[in-house]
Amino acid sequence: MKAVIAENISKQYNGKPAVEKVSFEVDEGEIFGLIGPDGAGKTSIFRILTTLLLPDGGSAQVHHWDVVKDWRAIRNAVGYMPGKFSLYQDLTVEENLHFFATVFNTSIQENYHLIEEIYVQLEPFKNRRAGKLSGGMKQKLALCCALIHKPKVLFLDEPTTGVDPVSRREFWEMLKKLKQQNISIVVSTPYMDEASMCDRIASIQSGSILSIDTPQYLVKNYGNQLFKVKANDRYRLLEVLKSVPSTKSYAFGEYAHISVEKGHQMEASEIRQHLHQNGLTGVEIGDAEVTIEDCFINLLH
Amino acid sequence: MKRLLVFIKKEFTHVLRDKKTLLILFGMPIVQVLIFGFVLSNEVKNTNLLVIDQAQDSATKEIISKVQASVYFNIASVTFDVKDVEASFKKGKSKAALILPKDFEKNLMTKHVAQVQILADASDPNHATTIENYLTAIIRDYTNSLNTTMPYTITPEVRMLYNPQLKGAPNFVPGVMALILMLVCVMMTAISIVREKEMGTMEVLLVSPFKPIMVIVSKVVPYFILSMLNIVSILLLSVYVLGVPIKGNVLLLFAESALFISTCLSLGIFISIKTQTQQVAMLISLMGMLLPTVLFSGFMFPIENMPFPLRMISNIVPAKWFYIIVKDIMIKGLGFAAVWKESLILMGITVFFLGISIKNFKIRLA
Repeated sequence: MKAVIAENISKQYNGKPAVEKVSFEVDEGEIFGLIGPDGAGKTSIFRILTTLLLPDGGSAQVHHWDVVKDWRAIRNAVGYMPGKFSLYQDLTVEENLHFFATVFNTSIQENYHLIEEIYVQLEPFKNRRAGKLSGGMKQKLALCCALIHKPKVLFLDEPTTGVDPVSRREFWEMLKKLKQQNISIVVSTPYMDEASMCDRIASIQSGSILSIDTPQYLVKNYGNQLFKVKANDRYRLLEVLKSVPSTKSYAFGEYAHISVEKGHQMEASEIRQHLHQNGLTGVEIGDAEVTIEDCFINLLH
Repeated sequence: MKRLLVFIKKEFTHVLRDKKTLLILFGMPIVQVLIFGFVLSNEVKNTNLLVIDQAQDSATKEIISKVQASVYFNIASVTFDVKDVEASFKKGKSKAALILPKDFEKNLMTKHVAQVQILADASDPNHATTIENYLTAIIRDYTNSLNTTMPYTITPEVRMLYNPQLKGAPNFVPGVMALILMLVCVMMTAISIVREKEMGTMEVLLVSPFKPIMVIVSKVVPYFILSMLNIVSILLLSVYVLGVPIKGNVLLLFAESALFISTCLSLGIFISIKTQTQQVAMLISLMGMLLPTVLFSGFMFPIENMPFPLRMISNIVPAKWFYIIVKDIMIKGLGFAAVWKESLILMGITVFFLGISIKNFKIRLA
């Protein structure tokens, strides 16, 4: 059984399309990622799937329930973590968790095994008000609250935005563990490096899905030549690289990446020469290992 | 049921942890009752009075001592010259003058007619009228005490029923009750529901088995209880501090208050459903509820004097009906038979707003 099926769902706001004919399927026990920049329509898709918004066109099922007809059943069975921190800031960590457990007709004890690992980190702060937690702690608490009723499908809208890198990594480790409990997860993120943590990813831009693949497939089928370059004057390096014909270049960590367009071939020595001619010193150039980020930059351009 | 209790407990926690809300909830009623009861009263007390006693006989002395004895007047000075009056008025030393002419007692005894003149500073007309009334009453009192049967004299026997001393407080307490309940119930409920929308918690609550209507019920219960506590504190203040007794049935008064609170809560819910931000909710509650309450409930401006269209508008202001009910029960000591019509109107308004709120409640965003 599929956890989520979306067929050609569309949504408009005041005539402006926010989601255009988006279709995808999420398997049971899968981490499905929606990757795209702000304003791509991720939140609208989440809200349609969690029955908070009615789609203008198309249909969608969550756990074989229709999002329009069976909204009540869906609301009982899914966990939802909105993009904005949405817990009670003036209640303590424990009070928030207790409240949401009760709202979902369960108790903290009943499903403690699901949240145990996250909650032990929160435990020292259990009497602190949620509004006074750090960004990472807030998101962990929100995840606990969304999980406390053992949902069949978990919808996480940008759960790691505004969270430090260490906490982000921990957060994703958590998601992988939840997957083993056979909870299907739909997660969105603007961070491309997080995409590789998903089983499959849909890249989305301006309301449309560009591709749906496994991260491994995307990396394997990158296809283009990719170089990494370093020079003493980084700013000038990026400027000069723009003038190399039939290529795309962008900063990537301490390096700059140069992606050669399809159907073109280029030698590292050619680029090196070009850079020297433009007066750059300390040039280092070599083949780059393709990452998921390179794939997306390629897709989005 | 357990879920509802936990939800209500959560609402109480919100209120009790928010010092500002607490201050508004419990500080404001007390402050308002005291302000309206003491400061804004239109009673005249301790007015400086200038007495021109040109007769200086036993009759005038007696009148002066009677005036002196009343709480309404302070005798600034007793002089002989009428010219002093204007100077004293202009300097603001006195607000009124009582002139007792020459041969006062002689005229009274022989001709059975004596005249006194009252001069009042009418730059504040209400004040001047009140002073005049008080002074006339004192003189009439004196005349009666002479016990002389005068032929062909008609003395109007005026009695101010229900509020014989024309105190301000009996008039203000019902008005303040209406005002405070309006403010606390309408604004606080509206804000507290809209806050869930604004903070995004409504989004999470919607995606849960919790029925939206229960969100509303659980929001309403704490404010209902808090408002009833406010009623108690207002009534205690009015009885023990302002000296306004409750003449009617206290239980009936509480029942009617509960009805009016329900009306206000239903209005608050309606506002919260129609607005998206706390600011808008607050503005609408203040402008749309508070202002009409002050203007049209009848406790500041008499509705009978308003032009027809405004009188019509006043009919849809719930506070007007509650004001009438409280006055009838508390001041006049009437029973339910006297206020059933007003109660029915309030009930109608409540049901109306609850109905359209439930109909308009959104189970989704947007």
